[in-house]
Amino acid sequence: MAALHFHNVTLGYDRHPAVHHLGGKIALGSLVAVIGPNGAGKSTLLRGIVGILRPLDGSIHLGGLDSKDIAYLPQSAEIDRSFPISVFDFVSTGLWRAAGLFGGIGKAARDKILRAIGSVGLNGFENRPIGTLSGGQMQRVLFARVLLQDASLIVLDEPFNAIDSKTTADLLALVKHWHAEGRTVLAALHDLEMVRNHFSETLVLARGPVAWGPTAEVLTPENLLVAMRMCEAFDDSAAACGEDGRFQAA
Amino acid sequence: MLYDALIGPFTEFEFMRRALAAVIALALAGAPIGVFLMLRRMSLVGDAMAHAILPGAAVGFLLSGLNLFAMTAGGLIAGFAVAILAGVVARSTGLKEDASLATFYLASLALGVTIVSIKGTNIDLLHVLFGNILAMDDQTLLVVAFNATITLLVLAVIYRPLVIESVDPLFLRTVSRAGGPAHLVFLALVVINLVNGFQALGTLLAVGLMILPAGIARFWSRDLTAMICIAVVAAAVSGYAGLVLSFQTRVPSGPAIILVATVLYVVSVLFGRVGGILRQLFPGRHLEA
Repeated sequence: MAALHFHNVTLGYDRHPAVHHLGGKIALGSLVAVIGPNGAGKSTLLRGIVGILRPLDGSIHLGGLDSKDIAYLPQSAEIDRSFPISVFDFVSTGLWRAAGLFGGIGKAARDKILRAIGSVGLNGFENRPIGTLSGGQMQRVLFARVLLQDASLIVLDEPFNAIDSKTTADLLALVKHWHAEGRTVLAALHDLEMVRNHFSETLVLARGPVAWGPTAEVLTPENLLVAMRMCEAFDDSAAACGEDGRFQAA
Repeated sequence: MLYDALIGPFTEFEFMRRALAAVIALALAGAPIGVFLMLRRMSLVGDAMAHAILPGAAVGFLLSGLNLFAMTAGGLIAGFAVAILAGVVARSTGLKEDASLATFYLASLALGVTIVSIKGTNIDLLHVLFGNILAMDDQTLLVVAFNATITLLVLAVIYRPLVIESVDPLFLRTVSRAGGPAHLVFLALVVINLVNGFQALGTLLAVGLMILPAGIARFWSRDLTAMICIAVVAAAVSGYAGLVLSFQTRVPSGPAIILVATVLYVVSVLFGRVGGILRQLFPGRHLEA
């Protein structure tokens, strides 16, 4: 069973591809790291998966998943931290799928929200406005919301950027817990050591797939060198692309 | 003495009672809308929309004279057209909402002034620009109350997506398609309340009874529900005090109401519990934890 199926996907902006001709599958319940230099298209790929960016070409199949079964943690969330909302209320928006526009949030849901806040280590922060949190605390809040979303596919875009080691360790434990629960987790990451130690599968991306497979086989100096050499600039005079999927994952 | 000054005008004159009823209806509906305008950083959008409704009201005036129904309908059509066009252009292109709105409202304002100057007199222009809350007839009062009621009901319906869209629009986009419609409906509510205030305060000041109370509320609470309540009370108090001031001093009622709100605003800036200037200058000794 595949959670995600890429059919020769090209994603980009203004016809310029940022991710070129990606094909392959992500199995249900796998824990996948997406690595690559800045500008490699990691965020673009994740935006394509969660459906906020439509592919220029090809398609992404969600294997029976609804867009509501996906929880997405963007890299630079467009969150207005000055908005007067408490940690509790903010985390509770993770229950959207259950509550929707008008559904009430009863005693059971309240307990669930409190448990989610507790499990990211923010007991006692329930009534704090989100504007008063530190960067690491806000990231914990966002993880608590992902937790509540109870999604079968979890997509995290560089979730540990500018986060201290204690917070990283706590949140990474949560990611591994999600994996153990059988959820599919996809994370864009920079820390190769973390990928090596904790992620079973890796996709090396550099404007297109460089290598994809078990982390130990994929994370080689050769592959990383290829990724590093990637050219970042768009060519404004580029011709229309005629190439078919040049790379398929095993 | 005090009774004569503060309550007498309303027991004695029916037009004062009508004006008070109108201003309370405006406060109940307009202030919550103003809070969201402020939190969504759209305060000046509200101002721009107020100008955008002018040509519609002017066409209504040209067709049927000083008939407030026609002017209201015209204002609604023009306001909706501008709001929806600007919203659609902003959402379907990369252009930011403020830029696209500026374009449409300037075009609309130019059109409105042209239409008024073709047929209107100076008195008409004054009425359009500043309104006259002391000249409310039954029908107008009913329209104002009706619009306020609709506003509160619709706001209750879109409240949840509107709040989430204000805090974290990207999140709402990934879990629901309600964000876009909620935003457009909200813009429509802004227009309805501008037209509503337009009867009482005119195009130039209508937005004042929405934005100033919201600004006041920001200095007294960090909680959304509390902010909305404070804004409603501030708007109602401004309306009442402005009417009394206008009655006793012959200052025109619209400007009087907004001036009272301005005084409340200045007091809030100085003494507000949340980020007021005095609080910042003399915060007291720091806490233990």
